[in-house]
Amino acid sequence: MSATTSITKAGGHSSVARLLMRNHIWVFLALTVVVFSASSPYFLTVNNLGNVLTQAAFIGILAIGMTMVMIDGEIDLSVGAILALASALAIGLQDHIGIWPAVFVGLLSGAALGFLNGTLVALSGMHSFIVTLGGLIGIRGLVFIYTGEDALMVSDFSYTDYPEIYLGPVSLTAMIFIALALFFQWILSSTRHGRETYAIGDNIDAAHDAGINIKRHKIINFTLCGALAAIAGILLSMRLGTAEPNAGKVWELWTIIAVVLGGTRLQGGYGSMWMTIGGVLTLAVLRNGLRLLNTPNYVELMVMGTVLVLALLIDKLLSRQEA
Amino acid sequence: MQTEVKAFLRRHGLLAGFGLFLISVALSADAFLTPGNIFDVLRQVSITGVMAVGVTFVVITGRLDLSVGSLLTLLTVIVVDQHNTSGPAMAILITLAAGIGVGMFNGVLVGLVGLNALIVTLAMLSFLQGLVLFYSGGSNVNVQNAQTTWFAVFGRHDLLGVPVPALIFLVTAVIAAFVLNRTVFGRQVFAVGGNETASRFSGIASRWTVFWAYALSGLTTAIAAVIMGSRVMGAQNTIGQGYELTVLAGVILGGTSLLGGSGSIWRTVLGITMLGFIQNGLLLLGFPYYVQWLVTWAVIILAVWIDLGAKRGRILA
Repeated sequence: MSATTSITKAGGHSSVARLLMRNHIWVFLALTVVVFSASSPYFLTVNNLGNVLTQAAFIGILAIGMTMVMIDGEIDLSVGAILALASALAIGLQDHIGIWPAVFVGLLSGAALGFLNGTLVALSGMHSFIVTLGGLIGIRGLVFIYTGEDALMVSDFSYTDYPEIYLGPVSLTAMIFIALALFFQWILSSTRHGRETYAIGDNIDAAHDAGINIKRHKIINFTLCGALAAIAGILLSMRLGTAEPNAGKVWELWTIIAVVLGGTRLQGGYGSMWMTIGGVLTLAVLRNGLRLLNTPNYVELMVMGTVLVLALLIDKLLSRQEA
Repeated sequence: MQTEVKAFLRRHGLLAGFGLFLISVALSADAFLTPGNIFDVLRQVSITGVMAVGVTFVVITGRLDLSVGSLLTLLTVIVVDQHNTSGPAMAILITLAAGIGVGMFNGVLVGLVGLNALIVTLAMLSFLQGLVLFYSGGSNVNVQNAQTTWFAVFGRHDLLGVPVPALIFLVTAVIAAFVLNRTVFGRQVFAVGGNETASRFSGIASRWTVFWAYALSGLTTAIAAVIMGSRVMGAQNTIGQGYELTVLAGVILGGTSLLGGSGSIWRTVLGITMLGFIQNGLLLLGFPYYVQWLVTWAVIILAVWIDLGAKRGRILA
C-alpha cells in the first residue's frame, strides 16, 4: 500500500522538479548567491567571485580525488596530511635540486602514499577508514619529522609568481581546479575505469562476478586521490610561499563535507564531479559570504554543520521517494 | 598442539605482542617499568580512555562518533566556566547533563531518524566547535581559585598512590563492561551491530539502542571533560581537537570491528593503554617525538590486518 502511494507521489512531480531535486546542491548554491548578493554589496563583484573560486580550488582539488574514492565505496582520511607533505617537500627540496624537480618529488610522494593506501586496502581487505586513519596520523608524523615543527620558507620568490597568472578574474589555481574537475568527470563518464568505479561502489559482488578487477580500480583511485592531494599541496605552497607542518589539518573533514553536500553518497556507486563542484562552491560561497557580512567565526561553523545535516535529510527523503 | 598455539595467538596475539614490546623497552630503558612512569602513562591515557569506553558502545552498534573531540572541548570550557560562576559541584552536574544532551541529539539524528553516522557526527564536530567559540567568545577560560578548589581531585590528586584519573578510567571501564556484558541493553547493542534487521525482527527497538549508545558516548566524554578541566585548570578553544581520532585509533587497535557486532571494553582499554605505553616507551628510548605517530600508523595497520587475517584464515583478502 505504502509502496503504491510513494510511486504515485514520485510520478506526480514534473520532470523539471525532479531535475531540480536531483541537483539540489545547485539550487541551494543559487539561493545562497542570491541571498548574499542582496545582503552585501561586496559579494556579487567579479573580483570577489574570482577570489571565491581560488579559495575553493584547494578543497576542490582534494574533493575530486575524494569523489573518485567515494564512488568506489571507500574513504580517504589522509588527504590533508598528504597535502602537507607534498607542500613541505616542494619547498624544502627546491634549494637542493631545483624548483621543478622538487615539485615533481612532492607530486610523487602523494601518488606513492595514495598507492600505499590503496594497496593496503586492496591486499588486506581492511576498511579504508582504518587504513587512512592510520595514514593521517603517520603521514603527519612524517611531515613533522621532515620540517622539524617550523614552517619552511621559499628562498627564491619567483616560485610564488607561478599561480599569479590570471585569465580575467580567474587565477591559475582556479583554472587548474576546473580543468581537473572536467577531466575527471570525463574519466568517470566516458572511460572504462570510470564505469567500473561506479559498478564496484554500487555492488561489489556483482562487479566481481562480472569480471571487474576490483583491487586494480581501487588502487588506481587511491593513487589518483593521493596525487591530487599533492597537487593541492604544491599549489598551496606556491600561493603562500611557506609550508607549515600543520597545513591541511582537518581539511579531510571539510573535503568530505563538500563531497557529501554535493550529493555523492558515502555508500558508493552514486555521485559525479558536477555534484562535487556544486558542493565545493557552496561551501566556499557560504564561507566567503558569511565573512563579508562580518559574522563571527562560530556562525560559519554552525551553519556548515546545519547545512550538512539538512543535505542528509533531503537526500534521505529523495531516496525514499525513488525507492 | 599447533592449532592450540594458533588459537591462542588469534585470541591474545595483540596482548602477546604488547608484552614483548613492554619487555624489550624495559630491558633498554630502566625508567620504563617503574610505578612512577606507569602511573604517568595511566594518567595521560585516562582522558582518551574514558571517552573510548563510551565510543566503544557506538562502534559495536556499527556506527561512528567523530564529534567527541569537539564535545570534549565544549564540555571542558563549560566545566571550567561554570566552576567560576556556579561552583564545582554544580559545574560537574551541568557538564554531565550537557554531555548526555549532545549525545542524545546525535542519537536522535543517527538512531531515530536514521541518518549516516559519519556525516552527522562530522556535522556535529563542526557545529560544536562553533558552539565553543560562541560560548567562550573566543577567549581561553581559567579556573580562578585553582590552588584551593576541591575540583583538583579529579585530574591532579592521587588516592592510595594511584592517580585519581586512572581510577576514574578503571571504574568507568568496569561499569561499562558490566553494562555491555551483563545487561539486556548490552546484549541489544551487540545484536543491533551484528545484524540490525534480525535484531528488529526479534523485537529489539534497535533505533533506541543506537540512541542510548550515543547518549553513553556523550556521558563518558563529559566525564573526560571533568578530568581534563581539573588537570589543566583551564580550557583553550582547541583543547580537544583531534581527540576523536586518537580515541578511534585506540578502539580499533583493541580489535573492535568498525562493522559492528563485536568488541569489548577490555580490548578498548588495552588498545588505548597500549598506544600510551608505545608513545611513552619510544620517548624513553630517545626517539624524536613524532616518530611515535609513525609507529602508531604501523601498529594500527599491522594489528587490524593480523586480526582480520586470523579471522579469515588467510592474510590476503
